[in-house]
Amino acid sequence: MLLSANHWISGLAETLAVNDLHFILLLVAAWMMLGFAGFLRPHSVRFVARMLFPAGALLCLGVALLAGLFLASGQVPQLVILPLGLPDLPFHIRLDVLSGFFLLLLGVAGAGISTFAAGYFRSGEGTAPALLGLEYHFFLASMAMVILADDAYLFMVAWETMALSSYFLVTSHHRIPEIRRAGFLYLIMAHVGAVCILLCFGVLQGGSWQFTFDAMRSAHFAPFWATTAFLLALLGFGAKAGLVPMHVWLPEAHPAAPSPVSAMMSGLMLKTAIYGMLRVSFDLLSIRFWQWGVLLLVLGLFSALFGAVFAAVQTDMKRLLAYSSIENVGLIFTGIGLAILFETSNMHLFAALALTAALVHSFNHALFKSLLFLTTGSVLHATKQRSLGKLGGLIRHMPWVASLALIGTLSIAGLPPLNGFVSEWLLLQSFLFTPQLPHAFLNMLIPLGAAALALTVALSAYVMVKFYGVIFLGQPREPSLVNAHDANWLERLGLIWLAAGCILIGALPQLVLRAVAPVTGKLLGDTVRSSSTFWSIAPIAQQQASYSGLILLAGILSVVAVTFVCVRVLAHGRIRRTNTWDCGYPWQTSRMQDTAEGFGQPIRHMFGTFFRMERNLPSASDTTPRYRIYIEDRLWRAVYLPIARGVQMLADGIGFLQGGRLSIYLLYSFLTLLGLLVFVL
Amino acid sequence: MHTSQLIAEVLRVLAAGLLLISFAMLSGRRTQQLITLFAWQGGLLFVSTCLVAYSSGLTEMYYSAALTLLLKVIALPWILNRLIKRLGAQWDSEQLVNVPTTMLVGLVLVIFAFGLAQPISSMATTITRHTLGIALAVILLAFLMMITRRKAVTQVIGFLAMENGLFLAATSATYGMPMVIELGIALDLLVGVFILGIFFFQIREQFDSLDLHNLESLKED
Repeated sequence: MLLSANHWISGLAETLAVNDLHFILLLVAAWMMLGFAGFLRPHSVRFVARMLFPAGALLCLGVALLAGLFLASGQVPQLVILPLGLPDLPFHIRLDVLSGFFLLLLGVAGAGISTFAAGYFRSGEGTAPALLGLEYHFFLASMAMVILADDAYLFMVAWETMALSSYFLVTSHHRIPEIRRAGFLYLIMAHVGAVCILLCFGVLQGGSWQFTFDAMRSAHFAPFWATTAFLLALLGFGAKAGLVPMHVWLPEAHPAAPSPVSAMMSGLMLKTAIYGMLRVSFDLLSIRFWQWGVLLLVLGLFSALFGAVFAAVQTDMKRLLAYSSIENVGLIFTGIGLAILFETSNMHLFAALALTAALVHSFNHALFKSLLFLTTGSVLHATKQRSLGKLGGLIRHMPWVASLALIGTLSIAGLPPLNGFVSEWLLLQSFLFTPQLPHAFLNMLIPLGAAALALTVALSAYVMVKFYGVIFLGQPREPSLVNAHDANWLERLGLIWLAAGCILIGALPQLVLRAVAPVTGKLLGDTVRSSSTFWSIAPIAQQQASYSGLILLAGILSVVAVTFVCVRVLAHGRIRRTNTWDCGYPWQTSRMQDTAEGFGQPIRHMFGTFFRMERNLPSASDTTPRYRIYIEDRLWRAVYLPIARGVQMLADGIGFLQGGRLSIYLLYSFLTLLGLLVFVL
Repeated sequence: MHTSQLIAEVLRVLAAGLLLISFAMLSGRRTQQLITLFAWQGGLLFVSTCLVAYSSGLTEMYYSAALTLLLKVIALPWILNRLIKRLGAQWDSEQLVNVPTTMLVGLVLVIFAFGLAQPISSMATTITRHTLGIALAVILLAFLMMITRRKAVTQVIGFLAMENGLFLAATSATYGMPMVIELGIALDLLVGVFILGIFFFQIREQFDSLDLHNLESLKED
């Protein structure tokens, strides 16, 4: 009796340790249940938002915890075959280190976003609360399933569920025509991408007609087919990730969506595309070529620069962040490209460094971009304004949001001791090793890439100064801004969670590096030697370069404290609110501050070739002068409009078949009949 | 044995008659005349089905022969005649485009149909297997007739003639279709003609004419 009980208990403990995957699947199922639970009281915001969303956040935490446990302990891949789906095509599910890492990311950032969303959704906004909850939790569940899928069938089902649920979330204010248009654009891009991914899997099965990832791993490809699969994956996942030139949907869809949804899409959904890219190129494909790395490097760097430049000239705060997402995705792809380059040259340690940079940046971007999107949500609720030209001075009315947004902007700008610095530093470090590559020509070009990276990072810092300065600093540009209210406690909690993550990873990057190490170890066979102590990290060797966030943080805090004490206690300590020097001009208004357009102006001049600009300059005699500028993406006219016209022409050509004459229609069927008969013959 | 050879010869003659009527329909101008030709086609079909039934000894074939007589020789021509009388389309004649060319195209179709039927009829074991080519030719010629006509009533006659060809093909290849299917087809034909009759009135009311040329304006731009 006692023996059997003992046996049972040890069995339970074993299950807990070994079968993380089962628990994660239970949590995913619980998400879906939460989605349906909203229909118990479909119109009650209090029930759906204030009760179900926090429960969803707890589930996120659970997923993060289990994924973290998995990464910390066993790391033996776990398999489950669910007898769902089509007959003879069960769902294969697998948890390995790569999916574990991305689940950790999903859980950590998702917890913050769900908590914020609990406080964010108000009644009477677009879609009914219950539907919103359903779409939101299915979005979360489908992202988890994309990461866990181990066959192409389940992957595509989850991928399309993700695209559809996010489409409905984007168009939750579907009564506004622009939002419907943005949603349509997103849907088209999502489907084009999905078709490419589907074709990619079609190539990857390699004639075996087995669509499990296991079969794909053991397939062998000629270089041509491997490259075809890689390019299809790049197109498909690039369209989801927002890699230039497949980025057009991002700046439209992100501003259209409610802020927690923008945060989810930018912070989490883009990462599933990164995950897919890594899964295909490092896991499913057994061979890689250095040219792929160069392609990714070029595309990534161009996207990064493109995103940063466009973000600098935006005047809508959410569009600005969307372009910044393009920039960050570009940086991540740059890291992946470098990893492929190093790996194909048999420099596994450096490849691991580059991949570590990409993965850590994915994690960081999930944190700080979600944080910033959420703060724009708070600002939007408080002021009903999205245009930077009508904001300003909010730091006095929204101190919580302003200070948490400051942490986000500092991390995204890549300043130490916050997390953005860590990953950008790692990326620059891996660039420093490129001269050891055995390609003479590349060795001459890649320093240019490093320069472009540095330029991008600097530009993104500039963008963030603009973002923060125009929204929170200065004087309110509109009188109504005085009534702005701070975020409620649930929103604050979500923001604090994400901001704390930014600080923690910045100060103790070892935490993420430890989570990344098994991933690089499995994909590349080598890991970054964290010869790291508690104080500092040194990815390659202590004498090469090291970074210690904790000491830096302590140093910065002490300097700030000393300065504060000096100014407030030892010096006069008075606060005086008055006009700055006004050049003798006595009537100053808040509209005389530097504007978002003003901030963007130098960039507009320097990078003029990137944009298509239309300026409306007022004439001298105009009594109500207004200065307007429209900035457009050149790629839209160069790539997308010709494609749209081509499709239109094709459709018109096919429409010609419909002549309207009955005898012509009869002739069609007659000819078809004859054709079929000849075919039979 | 002697009788069955005789029957086979007679069947071939009847099939040839069917083909001839198809050509006559292709070149016929007047609606009234087309209906008569259609009734004759049905009559020949009835006789040939009876002969097949007699030689094969299948009682079911007698039923389908009776069905042919009732429907295609008596009922449908009578309905169509009444219809065109009501519509006043009795003496309608239509301008045919280039009768010689149509005939030539028809000839090519017949050759094509025979070429097509060759391998199939060599596999079949029925007494009527040699008429399969003619059956296919009748179907294609009726289709061609539908394409070249512009009046609504003649379209329907073409459609019915096509069904005659199908029926012939079924009897020549496999001694007819199962009874249930044949009954179903017969009912479909009857209902189809009723519905098309209603459409004729609607079309005439809308356009003051039964010329299908007018339907071109229904096209979506």
